[in-house]
Amino acid sequence: MEEEVRLMKGNEAIAHAAIRYGCDGYFGYPITPQSEVLETLAELMPWDTTGMVVLQAESEVAAINMVYGGAATGKAVMTSSSSPGVSLKQEGISYLAASELPALIVNVMRGGPGLGTIQPSQADYFQATKGGGHGDYRLIVLAPATVQEMTDFVGLGFDLAFKYRNPAMILADGIVGQMMEKVVLPPFRPRRTEEEIRQQCPWAACGRGKRDHRNVITSLELDSAKMEVNNLRFQETYRRIEENEVRFQEYFTDDAEYLMVAFGSVARICLKAIEDARARGIKVGLLRPITLWPFPTKEIARLSEKVRSILTVELNAGQMIEDVRLAVDGRVPVSHFGRMGGIVPNPGEVLEALEKLTVNK
Amino acid sequence: MSPEDIIRPENKVYSRPEYLTDAITHYCPGCSHGVVHRVIAELMKEMDLGEISIGVAPVGCAVFAYNYIDIDWIEAAHGRAPAVATAASRLNPDRLVFTYQGDGDLAAIGTAETIHACNRGENIAIIFINNAIYGMTGGQMAPTTLLGMKTATTPYGRRVDLNGHPLAITNLLAQLDGTCYVTRQAVHTPAAVRKTKAAIKKAFENARAKRGTSVVEIVSTCNSGWKMTPAQSNDWMAEHMFEKYPLGDLKNV
Repeated sequence: MEEEVRLMKGNEAIAHAAIRYGCDGYFGYPITPQSEVLETLAELMPWDTTGMVVLQAESEVAAINMVYGGAATGKAVMTSSSSPGVSLKQEGISYLAASELPALIVNVMRGGPGLGTIQPSQADYFQATKGGGHGDYRLIVLAPATVQEMTDFVGLGFDLAFKYRNPAMILADGIVGQMMEKVVLPPFRPRRTEEEIRQQCPWAACGRGKRDHRNVITSLELDSAKMEVNNLRFQETYRRIEENEVRFQEYFTDDAEYLMVAFGSVARICLKAIEDARARGIKVGLLRPITLWPFPTKEIARLSEKVRSILTVELNAGQMIEDVRLAVDGRVPVSHFGRMGGIVPNPGEVLEALEKLTVNK
Repeated sequence: MSPEDIIRPENKVYSRPEYLTDAITHYCPGCSHGVVHRVIAELMKEMDLGEISIGVAPVGCAVFAYNYIDIDWIEAAHGRAPAVATAASRLNPDRLVFTYQGDGDLAAIGTAETIHACNRGENIAIIFINNAIYGMTGGQMAPTTLLGMKTATTPYGRRVDLNGHPLAITNLLAQLDGTCYVTRQAVHTPAAVRKTKAAIKKAFENARAKRGTSVVEIVSTCNSGWKMTPAQSNDWMAEHMFEKYPLGDLKNV
């Protein structure tokens, strides 16, 4: 089947995109505001069409370990959850990274900490971009701002995960998960054959077959010298990802005297605020990181050479701002505006925060 | 007749199975793991499963099972082997997927994964070594530790009021609709080893035939953790462990 234009929620788009990508398995556990991913998959019954496995696990812990088991055999597997559930998955995510397994994890963020609220948030930025679980590791983190990106990042996430043998995460806020938009669904791709998997993933523990050696997927290495070599290899992978995979979008930065940095749906609120600000003669632009890790450090550094001040807008107490400040390295002031607990600011509030900058400087 | 006349290939009656690697194991002398590993390796050859098997190793003494049995392995996080095996099996339905787990892995931290994999009737075999102690971490109390048994965390003996009751989890698993075969065996005598081998063979056959989940508990010794000689351990196990964990089939559908 070809491309298809539909109106749907971001969460539903994730499900459709997974089937169309040729995903082999989805393992999840219900949690608001992302349950539509599992619900949509159950409704579409891909096991009867593409052969994709869909399983409601007994917990988020089980789900991420099912992802581990599937990924270990070379399959394209994924899970989705929301903040408290993603906290439960952290052990498994650390194991995936340490075993160099490709997998896709979707976090449709809700307000925290704790059980928090079911309303939108971006408060898991630290968790997603700094590791999250134990040990030195990184995830490739994609931040969608539209339902179209929710769709597109499923394929992109899987492709990057397999390219680097590293788990990738779609870090969406509850807004992108719940809102409905027009979306172009990609054409169906067949799932990889057994032969293709063995070729693409010669490391996979999928049964020896005629291979002359056994494959073992493990994150354990008691010999410290060897474990350091493993860590150096992981770090080398992360440097390659940083070099090749930074993605971002710039808006109105050509003549900007002020810069906003925002990701996900908040970037869209900022764009409306920018429209209003420019009507008042404030020359402001926006940089929207699409990859939160690797972070567009160089691009923000470049822009910081030509603006007077930078404002980060986030649905949290100020998390991405730390990476922006590292990029800016003190050249210009960087301030934060955010709402927490599931509250989403309107463009007027963002504009007010921006105007404070222009008055003070 | 000289020894050279006797030591000939055609007279060989016992050797390392093809699917057992020549690595020196980290298991203590007298430990039951080595025997069970050998049994599995023998079955890999006899049942022609070596090329299609995926083993899922636990966290515990058997964490390095993948160094000894020469098939593909996935090393799971502590307790999560049944979840890992669930996906490996569902995504590769023509493979034999089995887990190899200890009592802490299967009956403490992984209880939820164990019960739900069994209840879903995943077409996997679960090999469960119950030696009533945490061997790898230095002999702490396990969920299956007997009352009165001394361990590093019950230095004066396990007490109900402090530590609760020993958990016969296999009895519980036999109650679940998804299990087709649940049995309790041991490897302390040659006869017991033969029965264990037959049980594991049946579990592998069930998984291949997609009859549901099979659980083979093997009541085992940990002479280091129990602070006994291997021979004393076998006697102590027969005298004390079999009372709480009697041998035999609990379910055979």
